[in-house]
Amino acid sequence: MDVFFQTLVAGVLKGGLYALIGIGMTLIMGVMRIINLAHGQMMMVAMYLTYVFFHYMGLDPYVTLLISMPSLFFLGVIIQKYFLNPLLKTETILPENQVLMTVGIGMVLTEVARFIFTSNYLSAKTQYSDATFFIGGISFSVALCIAFIFASALTTAMFFFLIKTDVGRSIRAVAQDTEAASLMGVNAERIRNYTMGIGAALVAAAGTLLLPVYYLFPDIGGPFTRKAFVITILGGLGSTVGAIFGGITLGLAEAFGATYIGMDYEDMIGLLIFILVLLFLPQGFKRLTKV
Amino acid sequence: MAILELQDVGKNFGGLRAVDEVSFAVQEGEIFGLIGPNGSGKTTIFNLINHYYPVTDGKIVFHGRDITRLKTFQICRLGIGRTFQVVKPLARMTVLDNVIASTFLHTKHMGQARQAAEETIEFCGLSVYANHLAKSLPIASRKRLEITRALATRPKLLLLDETAAGLNPGELDEAIQLIKDIRDSGVTIIIVEHIMKVIMSISDRIHAINYGRTIAEGTPKEVAANPKVIEAYLGEEVHA
Amino acid sequence: MLKSRTGPLIYLGVLILFPLVVRDSYYQHLMILVLMWVTIGSGWNIIAGYTGQVSFGDAAFFGSGAYTAGLLAHKLGFSAWWGLGLGGLVALAIAFPFGWICFRLRGAYFALATLALNEICRHLATVWESLTDGMVGILVMQTFVSKIPYYYIALALAVLSVLCVEWIVHSRLGYYFISIREDQDAAESLGIDTHYYKMVSLSFAAFLTGLAGSLYMNYMGFIDPEVVFSLHDISIMAILVGIVGGVGTIYGPAVGAFVMVAVSEIFRTAGFGFLKYLSQATGWGFMNLVTKYVSEAHVLTFGVLVVLVILLMPNGVVGDWPKLRRLVSRAR
Repeated sequence: MDVFFQTLVAGVLKGGLYALIGIGMTLIMGVMRIINLAHGQMMMVAMYLTYVFFHYMGLDPYVTLLISMPSLFFLGVIIQKYFLNPLLKTETILPENQVLMTVGIGMVLTEVARFIFTSNYLSAKTQYSDATFFIGGISFSVALCIAFIFASALTTAMFFFLIKTDVGRSIRAVAQDTEAASLMGVNAERIRNYTMGIGAALVAAAGTLLLPVYYLFPDIGGPFTRKAFVITILGGLGSTVGAIFGGITLGLAEAFGATYIGMDYEDMIGLLIFILVLLFLPQGFKRLTKV
Repeated sequence: MAILELQDVGKNFGGLRAVDEVSFAVQEGEIFGLIGPNGSGKTTIFNLINHYYPVTDGKIVFHGRDITRLKTFQICRLGIGRTFQVVKPLARMTVLDNVIASTFLHTKHMGQARQAAEETIEFCGLSVYANHLAKSLPIASRKRLEITRALATRPKLLLLDETAAGLNPGELDEAIQLIKDIRDSGVTIIIVEHIMKVIMSISDRIHAINYGRTIAEGTPKEVAANPKVIEAYLGEEVHA
Repeated sequence: MLKSRTGPLIYLGVLILFPLVVRDSYYQHLMILVLMWVTIGSGWNIIAGYTGQVSFGDAAFFGSGAYTAGLLAHKLGFSAWWGLGLGGLVALAIAFPFGWICFRLRGAYFALATLALNEICRHLATVWESLTDGMVGILVMQTFVSKIPYYYIALALAVLSVLCVEWIVHSRLGYYFISIREDQDAAESLGIDTHYYKMVSLSFAAFLTGLAGSLYMNYMGFIDPEVVFSLHDISIMAILVGIVGGVGTIYGPAVGAFVMVAVSEIFRTAGFGFLKYLSQATGWGFMNLVTKYVSEAHVLTFGVLVVLVILLMPNGVVGDWPKLRRLVSRAR
């Protein structure tokens, strides 16, 4: 029974981080209507950034949050402004250009990282990376708990932002109906830039928080991008609340899969869930059919 | 002989009852008008007949056959054609190709399809534009293309959705004439229209709805004089 | 009609004579790859360019074809050449249920589903070791020593796919496919069973791509999951071949395949060794560095290429041909 609760805890904690990844992606999907296939790669960039600050300046990752989030925000804005927005104006047969572009960007980011850091596995072990504490026979990873707390704080902040602030409401407006929002004075282009920036910043936070308990190498972006869209689809596209639900579900599924089936199958589980959702979850499913 | 019958048809969008217990029967060979203020559910009814949206409750019967659950393309094959209010041209194809795509419904041969397409285009007066890309057409011609395409599927019943909106007076007269010509060639027509001149002058009978419910049915004269209809369009303060 | 064919016919003539004139097996190898990509690109073009359902996962079909051929030889002792026909059929068998389930999805979401298919195939091939020997891969004895027979088979395949596309475009299928691409709802209202026709389109694409995969198995003699189910090297490459050549054009893939293979090879070998030669000739240390970086970072340049192509040439060489011609004539 202990193993069960252990797994449950691990799953929920990780799920909190996954929720961060999911919220960013779902916002981008809702506003720009594209699938950002460079999402995981942006996370990788943040992780490398965190690593650099940790190794060369001894900065604790939780402090680096203050650096990685704004940096990735900036990167996101640039990507949107110079590489994605221009595509909206070109007249092409296939509308999936934007998605392809994100693939290209993801490749570039991965290879640049490989170029600078080589393919070696890196890690940032802090004093609390392996620390645990016990409550009633169940061990909690300190690092994951702190990450979970940060993630929750960020998620709550996101909700306030989306509901209470002007920019937040503009984002929701553009997500619902871009044309109407523009007619009401919202600068849709700027909102798109901000949204990509925010999405990047959120996934940067997830990366920074995850680094102490994970390992890092250039190809780590791919699997995380896949996790990101599984989370998003689970929760229903464009739904930030859904992303939380999706993140935790994936966290739990992976945890239980790893404990009861085997470590190698972690990635397969994500894919399986993806297929199952496509087949059986009509809500997330129906929204996909008349876009 | 009723070619199309709606029996207590209703449609829910989540909590919104967009269409509520609407019933009417369209006689073969007539031009049947559907009117109502903006948002009253006219286009929704078309979307239900065509199965663009699934019906929540009620039945739709075409030529005695229940078509409520059939898919859109099956409904077209049975003989119901429709135009879209917001026109949907196959933009990067020429006008001729647009119509050929429709005529392929009844033949597999390129030659026959092309010929049938050219005939339909001639009938609808679009021959001038035959080799132009659909996206380069002015709005009046695009609306005409909608009709041409639907007509090319050789329907027995044609649903025209606001085909006159946005046309200038000259274009309007041409559109009215075309609709009459189509009816004379043996096609029954249901027309949704906002422009009173059009619908009042060509409809044999009119069905008026508001907020998704029937408020009147009869000849154009009867419906125009009906106080509920006047109230729906102009509000309450008018004394007839 | 015949006039517009002179270009392609000349190209074809050159291709037929090529291995007889150019004897260097390295270049023959490159051309075999080009021809293979013409086939794959044409397949992708059918489902994506003409029917508008962009696939990000053609490697699933390629790999299935390759593994079919490989397993036939490896496990059942048949000649891997049987795989040529069967590989296409196996790819079809995968495409069918996939399309059935996933064609409800539109646009980018369908693309995602194809991505998932790609990854699932890759994972299965890696993990299902009793069937595929996993990461070890499959090794098959090559039938011919010289590259020339492979070349002509690849050429036949490529010509077959282009003719296939041409036939489709001028038939009812072509009209239906394009109608679905332009406006699926309008197409439905015109009596087109869009679900069925999307399936037909995907079947063509899967079959052709599967054929290419089996050819690859026979030609290379060795495959493993990472190679034949590769997202970047196969699926994304297929998209690039389609886009660079020209989406929704008959001869686009033929052009795109040539350009893409040429470009990737140029980067991989740093200009076919040209840069190396330059650095030796000039003795500039810095040239050495450039050479080293260019060839090591060839995947990076591939990524940059993707970005640039989409930004600047989204309609491809054939598609943007009028634009390119105007550019050239203005430069005079």
